Amino acid sequence: MVKQLKVFIESVGHRVVDSIWRLGYATRFILLVLLKSVPGFLRFRLITREIYFAGVLSLIIILVSGLFVGMVLGLQGYETLQKFGSESAVGTLVALSLVRELGPVIAALLFASRAGSAMTAEIGLMKATEQLAAMGMMAIDPIARIIAPRFWGGVFSMPLLAAMFSVTGIFGGYLVTVVFIGVDEGSFWSQMQSAVDFRYDIVNGVIKSGFFGVVVTAIAVFEGFDAPPTAEGVSRATTRTVVTSALAILGLDFVLTAFMFRGVS
Amino acid sequence: MADSPLIEFRNVNFSYGTRPVLKGVDMSMSRGQVIAIMGGSGSGKTTLLRLIGGEVSPSAGSVSVAGQTVHELSRDELFRLRRKMGMLFQFGALFTDLSVFDNVAFQMREHTDLPESMIRDLVLMKLHAVGLRGAHHLMPAQLSGGMARRVALARSIALDPMLVMFDEPFAGLDPISLSVVGGLIRRLTDTLGMTSILVTHDVQESLQIVDYVYFLADGVITAHGTPDEVRESKVPFVHQFVHGETDGPVPFHYQAQTYSQDLGIGVMKSV
Ligand SMILES: Nc1ncnc2c1ncn2[C@@H]1O[C@H](COP(=O)(O)OP(=O)(O)OP(=O)(O)O)[C@@H](O)[C@H]1O
Ligand SMILES: [Mg+2]
Repeated sequence: MVKQLKVFIESVGHRVVDSIWRLGYATRFILLVLLKSVPGFLRFRLITREIYFAGVLSLIIILVSGLFVGMVLGLQGYETLQKFGSESAVGTLVALSLVRELGPVIAALLFASRAGSAMTAEIGLMKATEQLAAMGMMAIDPIARIIAPRFWGGVFSMPLLAAMFSVTGIFGGYLVTVVFIGVDEGSFWSQMQSAVDFRYDIVNGVIKSGFFGVVVTAIAVFEGFDAPPTAEGVSRATTRTVVTSALAILGLDFVLTAFMFRGVS
Repeated sequence: MADSPLIEFRNVNFSYGTRPVLKGVDMSMSRGQVIAIMGGSGSGKTTLLRLIGGEVSPSAGSVSVAGQTVHELSRDELFRLRRKMGMLFQFGALFTDLSVFDNVAFQMREHTDLPESMIRDLVLMKLHAVGLRGAHHLMPAQLSGGMARRVALARSIALDPMLVMFDEPFAGLDPISLSVVGGLIRRLTDTLGMTSILVTHDVQESLQIVDYVYFLADGVITAHGTPDEVRESKVPFVHQFVHGETDGPVPFHYQAQTYSQDLGIGVMKSV
């Protein structure tokens, strides 16, 4: 009994130490990526390419999801608000929910599963097939040439995707409430305009998605680079990217929200 | 300088984890030669190449290339040295997101300021040498194994390096491409003053083109000599290898328990 307990405590200890070690390792890796980012910026074409792969190719899923989320928000918001006779505030509700929370968070979750997983798989496979080693043997640093551009491509794409998610979401809300249900168009837009604050709502939303972009892409490139060079290793790393990103996004969202919207009406 | 060896292994030891792979390897390779390294599967040939390229460091002893001790170099110095090396990876390691043309052009674009028109000519020349000029627009996934290997070979000599390491360049080639590639390696070495290291199992083909042969077994160099010496050799190991005999000092099996133990026969007997 005592022995079992000892084994249990030991295994917990091992796991904790391992996780902390891995976190430190990942942090050092990302710092290295930052240090080696200069060549990518000097040849911005490399980053543009990755913005295309991470950003442009994620557009469809982001826009379609945004539209649906906005439509649902419009319906649900109208349902509730009309009980209080304030259905014209539905524009405010849709816009604030999207810009502050749902835009950054859902866009980041979608981004992690669409672009992050692809990034991990690609880098992991390049490692498994010795493409990274081959590049190193050609005296070209794979971190500077392969990892850093992907990292920045993701970091730049995320806020833009989140913004587009929110915009299509608002359009979806408009479509459902104004066009289909018949809420007054003038009050829909004017209430939204007066209620949404540029600094507190929009800028904070963009800051959030900026953080999410850094975290998701950092996880994705690290998992890819760290993946064991086998088919199983790469598939596990891909899964870990999605799961870790999702947890990180939701946890970080709470922390950021707590800091941002304290006591602001 | 000219007659000092290009590559020297001095008492090199290396292990992956606790498993020793090389145990006191001594070799010296002269400039302008084609040198073959032969040995059974898993004997550590690829590891030798990785030591020369500085991908891994010896646990004891040293590897020097052109007078520089590889594992003591700083990163920048190592990269400067690697620019003068080419490596054909055992499994090709072509960049799968780039076309055949772009694979061969990769180092030219990264390391030189050559105009695109000149890069085009150079790439087509390299591809022509391996017989694949017509395949320049294909993606690696569209190549056969042997074609991919030849593209990788063209890529490894893209910048006319002073030293090229070929890890099994003949694997998966038909007899015709095999002798073309063999001849190509010989010719490049002679005309460009390059040094080539050839890891291979193909004894007959390589004995025709190499200047010197090292035999690696069990982590040590068991024999070495010129092709003529090797053919005449009475050393059992070399004899077995050159004539491809199954019986002899080279074990075909990875170290293991006895066969009967693994099959459980030994246990049954003792019951
Ligand atoms: N990354 C690694 N981690 C652990 N062990 C390894 C690793 N790479 C190779 N080994 C081991 O080192 C030994 C030598 O490997 P190496 O790749 O150098 O053999 P080789 O002579 O090139 O064989 P082959 O002719 O089959 O390519 C093998 O026994 C192998 O099991
Ligand atoms: Mg090998």
